[in-house]
Amino acid sequence: MYKILTKRELNDAVTMMEVEAPLIAAKAKAGQFIIFRVDEYGERIPLTVAGTDTERGAVMIIFQKVGKGTQRLGALEVGDAILDFVGPLGHPSELEGYEHACVVGGGVGCAIAYPSAKALHAQGTEVTVIAGFRNKDIVILEDEFAAIADELHITTDDGSYGTKGFVTDKLKELIAQREAEGRPPFDLVVAIGPVVMMKFVAKLTAEYGIKTLVSLNPIMVDGTGMCGGCRVTVNNEIKFACVDGPEFDGHQVDFDELILRNNMYRDQESKGKPHYCRIGLTAARDEEE
Amino acid sequence: MEVQRRKPNMSLTKVPMPHQDPIERASNFNEVALGYTAEMAMEEARRCLQCKHRPCVNGCPVHVKIPEFVHLVAEGEFAAAYDKILETNCLPAVCGRVCPQENQCEEVCVRGIKGEPVGIGRLERFVADWYMKNVRKPIEKLPSNGHKVAIIGGGPAGLTCAGDLAALGYEVTIFEAFQKAGGVLVYGIPEFRLPKAIVAAEVDSLIKRGVKVETNMVIGRVLSIDELITDYNFEAIFLGTGAGLPVFLKIPGIGLPGVYSANEYLTRTNLMKAYDQRYDTPIRISRSVAVIGGGNVAMDAARTALRLGAEKVYIVYRRSEADMPARLEEVHHAKEEGIEILDYTDIDAIESADEREVSSILVHKMRPGEPDKSGRPRPIPIPDSQFSLEADTVILAIGTSPNPLIRHTTEGLDFDKRGCLIADKVSGATSRKGIFAGGDAVTGAATVIEAMGAGKKAAAAIHEFIVSGQRAEVPEE
Ligand SMILES: Cc1cc2nc3c(=O)[nH]c(=O)nc-3n(C[C@H](O)[C@H](O)[C@H](O)COP(=O)(O)OP(=O)(O)OC[C@H]3O[C@@H](n4cnc5c(N)ncnc54)[C@H](O)[C@@H]3O)c2cc1C
Ligand SMILES: Cc1cc2nc3c(=O)[nH]c(=O)nc-3n(C[C@H](O)[C@H](O)[C@H](O)COP(=O)(O)OP(=O)(O)OC[C@H]3O[C@@H](n4cnc5c(N)ncnc54)[C@H](O)[C@@H]3O)c2cc1C
Ligand code: SF4
Ligand code: FES
Repeated sequence: MYKILTKRELNDAVTMMEVEAPLIAAKAKAGQFIIFRVDEYGERIPLTVAGTDTERGAVMIIFQKVGKGTQRLGALEVGDAILDFVGPLGHPSELEGYEHACVVGGGVGCAIAYPSAKALHAQGTEVTVIAGFRNKDIVILEDEFAAIADELHITTDDGSYGTKGFVTDKLKELIAQREAEGRPPFDLVVAIGPVVMMKFVAKLTAEYGIKTLVSLNPIMVDGTGMCGGCRVTVNNEIKFACVDGPEFDGHQVDFDELILRNNMYRDQESKGKPHYCRIGLTAARDEEE
Repeated sequence: MEVQRRKPNMSLTKVPMPHQDPIERASNFNEVALGYTAEMAMEEARRCLQCKHRPCVNGCPVHVKIPEFVHLVAEGEFAAAYDKILETNCLPAVCGRVCPQENQCEEVCVRGIKGEPVGIGRLERFVADWYMKNVRKPIEKLPSNGHKVAIIGGGPAGLTCAGDLAALGYEVTIFEAFQKAGGVLVYGIPEFRLPKAIVAAEVDSLIKRGVKVETNMVIGRVLSIDELITDYNFEAIFLGTGAGLPVFLKIPGIGLPGVYSANEYLTRTNLMKAYDQRYDTPIRISRSVAVIGGGNVAMDAARTALRLGAEKVYIVYRRSEADMPARLEEVHHAKEEGIEILDYTDIDAIESADEREVSSILVHKMRPGEPDKSGRPRPIPIPDSQFSLEADTVILAIGTSPNPLIRHTTEGLDFDKRGCLIADKVSGATSRKGIFAGGDAVTGAATVIEAMGAGKKAAAAIHEFIVSGQRAEVPEE
């Protein structure tokens, strides 16, 4: 069992927790994730490692309560324990060698982007952060980003905070601005958020030829490469996001396929689990025949 | 052992196995074959001729003392029969159910020359089940010999290796990536063929004997093999990591929602119990399902789909039905349950009518050609034979290969072209001192009994290695 050490609500839907898992804390690097299962009946759910504290053996996770699994995790309190907590999974981000990076986060994706921004800053890269949210009420991690970013831009869809507009608008503006001011162009964009957001960021940066990393969030089961449920098409090849990723070259990802695949269980999960199997239905069938 | 001869039962056929009715069972996950009663077992055991040259024993990968144990069954000495099997096979309840007996012991059984062979598998199962139900021997933890061995992977290879080493007093720790030990026995083979309680009982008895089982430990990520040796002082390592990486066909439509690997489909159902309302695991609700492949994995996926409520389930296989590598009994059961086998049929593409999810597959017919390397006729496409088959779910069961994680995270281990670990056939020794390997990780996808046999041999080799005063080392940079 893995004990919950701290818990903080970042907004109505997003929770930050620290979980006691010393071995994972000692190993996890930016870009890697864990898979948890609340109890015997729970699903296996992937979440990015948002930070670690090796002394306390703590692994930080930040998650949006979108469905049953994340809601059940969110319902736990400090001192409660989670049944399974596996990691660190996936490849660490490959961030070396870049000098001027722009990290673009969308919504809870900001939590996944934060460790990369922090790691870039720590290695001396100039870091610009664009963090986009639907509105003011759901802005998260502002102080954390401010502490490590050379420049922080917050956007909201409705203009209730920061700049009104989408992160892509801001990114385009910054690219143009840097050029006008004679500052070095971005040599890396890290985009993490809703799949549609990553798709449009990648489309934009392709026009400018800026290397773009995206972190993909397909539906996963094992997270170790044995089910293929997390497969994505990258450069016309099948890749398993859990072992080959989760970060990929954004200019090569088939985002439309990923959007379709992530909606696979939407009906079932929004309506609650229906009765799939025919157990107990034999009698009814016998009458029909 | 000198066995006294009594008059054999000369019936040409096996005592029939009681089964759940095919219509009934197609809508539940309970075990299909119900097992012999004591009377049935004794009657079947009397069909054995107690042959002097014992061909059946040589047909068995771990050389179970078949005539001896069968004789004891005929005499009603079930506990002694169990001990006899256990001398060479530590998972009889599992093997009795899932071994491909028709290609092993029963293939060479003398009674099979005219009529059916002795039902060796059924007898093995009976003995194991009888023992579990009737004998409660306290399991004792042996005093430790002070030596530590790590087993990576909790499948049949790892479990067997752990059991044998624990019996010699070793301090054994199994590191398993999943939440539960058992390997394919828990995530792959369905409940209706191998009840999970049986696997759990086997794992439980290992724990009682002092074996530590550390789940949620993906070795190569959370700890490396080298760290186990240097920081955790394991003196030898056994790699029983299986061959769990699913192969996907490079055909159009492979990424569509509704296309599964058999591994994913079966893991969702078996390990994560999608069929049980208490579990949150979602799985696709299907009407018509096409399963691609002809092995045990394909049969299991097809029969699982049926039980999850599909109305029509096809098995699409490119060779003949007779060439299918699946256990005969499973093919037979699948057909009884109403699954349709389309043999000499190969898949070209997966199609979607609404560009959102699978609606059909495009296939073409094949015909038999000259025998290929496997000795089976090579399937040759028939021109202009393409047709479309309605399917809202497609499950690929066309093979698996070893997971590359250990390969990518461990220096100095040799692998072949297919990604299989290279290990000595007898000892399981790899290219690195103190690291042994066995099971599917070495052979590629094979069988439970072969994995078990490899685990056993490696345990003996590890014992010899440690007794000779050696220990695993990390190569110098
Ligand atoms: C590598 C990786 C890292 C991730 N890191 C984080 C993180 O740090 N914080 C965070 O909040 N989320 C993260 N996610 C997404 C998170 O795993 C999903 O939100 C979660 O699986 C939803 O589970 P649930 O049971 O709560 O909801 P469900 O009931 O399973 O689903 C609710 C809704 O979310 C959709 N959905 C289900 N799974 C996913 C998915 N994997 N991605 C997108 N939508 C999905 C469903 O279609 C449904 O509409 C990550 C995903 C991956 C693959
Ligand atoms: C659906 C299906 C049906 C089958 N039916 C039959 C049958 O009827 N009869 C038969 O004889 N055989 C059958 N087989 C084949 C048989 O199950 C395998 O040959 C056998 O299980 C191999 O045993 P193993 O111990 O080598 O590997 P596995 O059973 O695959 O176990 C390997 C274990 O290692 C773990 N692991 C992998 N990597 C790591 C890591 N890095 N760190 C920690 N743990 C790790 C895995 O999670 C797994 O638990 C079937 C296989 C499948 C998939
Ligand atoms: S070959 Fe058949 S009949 Fe002969 S000893 Fe073995 S099981 Fe008995
Ligand atoms: S989650 Fe199963 S292969 Fe990636």
